[in-house]
Amino acid sequence: MNAEDKQKSDTIISTKDLNVWYDDFQALIDVTMDIPEKSITALIGPSGCGKSTFLRTLNRMNDLIESAKTTGSVLYRDQDIFHSSMEVSELRRHIGMVFQKPNPFPMSVYDNVAYGPRTHGTKSRAKLDDIVERSLRGAAIWDEVRDKLRQNALGLSGGQQQRLCIARALAVQPDVLLMDEPTSALDPISTTKIEELILQLKENYTIIIVTHNMQQALRISDGTAFFLLGDLVEYGSTDIIFSTPSDKRTEDYITGRFG
Amino acid sequence: MKTIMWISAFITCGLIIGIIVYVFAKGIPFISWDLLSTSPTYIPPHIGILPDIMNTIYIVIASLVVMVPLGAGAAIYLEEYATNQKVVAVIEYAAETLSGIPSIIYGLVGMLFFCEFAGLRTSILAGALTLVIMNLPSIMRTTQESLKTVPQSYREGAFALGAGKWRVIRTVVLPGCVDGIITGCVLATGRILGESAALLFTAGFAHTLNSFFEGLMSPGATLTVALYVYAKEQGEFGAAFAIAAILMILTLGINSLAMWLERHFRKMREQGYPQEKTKE
Repeated sequence: MNAEDKQKSDTIISTKDLNVWYDDFQALIDVTMDIPEKSITALIGPSGCGKSTFLRTLNRMNDLIESAKTTGSVLYRDQDIFHSSMEVSELRRHIGMVFQKPNPFPMSVYDNVAYGPRTHGTKSRAKLDDIVERSLRGAAIWDEVRDKLRQNALGLSGGQQQRLCIARALAVQPDVLLMDEPTSALDPISTTKIEELILQLKENYTIIIVTHNMQQALRISDGTAFFLLGDLVEYGSTDIIFSTPSDKRTEDYITGRFG
Repeated sequence: MKTIMWISAFITCGLIIGIIVYVFAKGIPFISWDLLSTSPTYIPPHIGILPDIMNTIYIVIASLVVMVPLGAGAAIYLEEYATNQKVVAVIEYAAETLSGIPSIIYGLVGMLFFCEFAGLRTSILAGALTLVIMNLPSIMRTTQESLKTVPQSYREGAFALGAGKWRVIRTVVLPGCVDGIITGCVLATGRILGESAALLFTAGFAHTLNSFFEGLMSPGATLTVALYVYAKEQGEFGAAFAIAAILMILTLGINSLAMWLERHFRKMREQGYPQEKTKE
């Protein structure tokens, strides 16, 4: 197997000439990017640069926005996600999402985690119990909520809610986790916990994380992509992007000259 | 200036309390078990309002049964499915306008459409359907407003887990707006109780005791209409005031129920939605 083939088999998501418009505003311009499996890829850039749009395109959450229009291709495991044979509900089962603000449903902790499996047809109590425990353990929150499974999730702290949301996403056994600034609404201690969790999750999942926090990107990510005004300016290994970026704009941004 | 305001407030409160006291004073002495539990007869002359009470219940039930699915369905469509915001705006504007039309116009249209054209003749059903049209806009609006209070992030969270539109609505959106629908129902019930003009045209004046389905197809007076008939055509002011007092008690009850439900649902919302069914 030569180097190129290796690269190809490791790629889990691959976009080509991806353009997204909201009405007349072009939010993404010809983004071509290969995301490797079982790694953490950070998307950075100033507000409005298109990184969240990029993230939300990968599981077709942008479908919910009426004015959004997309061209180009996104391949998930070599399948075109916009192809008519792609069930959007299946796609979202494989590519889960964690949002900026923790958004547990106003249900019990148990029902929150069980929501996804129930959506996809798991009805048996024993199976659900098992999935709920496994997912909560996977999100490093089991010990804190094991006695509160029947309590309303809205009673948890912000950091716990966010880990619950991660558990909820894990419950459908996804392949990829998209995280849209998952710690920006949290305190430093909760942030540290979530970051440790993300590093653990890398073992089994591919993680793509949007972050405004340069230190966070540096701490946890393997690859970093810098977006500016809808352009993917630079994409490469995090070490290189943060030490010797090849583009002047990347350097200006990560050194805090604008943002 | 302050004195003038005080006098205005005093007169307003005085009038309200005055009317309540007056109606109760005139009506309550005539309320008896016999009045509530019998049908009227001409020979010997006897007044009983049981048929009117039953007619009122029938018309409330029939109206709600048609109105709630229609109104809530329309609201869900407009809020969750409709994509053309212009059409939504037009429908909302039309609904606002409809709710401002005097009810006697609904009565006239209801008479021509349901009684004549649709062949229902003068009947409780024709009256109920007329009331449905009258109250649809408001139940649609209350449902819409409560749909808007369900955070978008709940919907996004559910969609991101692969849930389809209907599952998202059923499990995440609807439980969050049941309170709005029920409050809307209670308020509509209050308005139905108080409606007379539209029913004079469509539901008629009969005081016959019927079963529910028989009643739907027969003419029948509700309490408000009976009040009109007894006072205006038979000069039975005792009975009229008795009905008035009953209506006021009912209205009071309905309003308290609406308030209690709102508090109850707010508490329930804080505690979370009911659990989904799981197989053992």
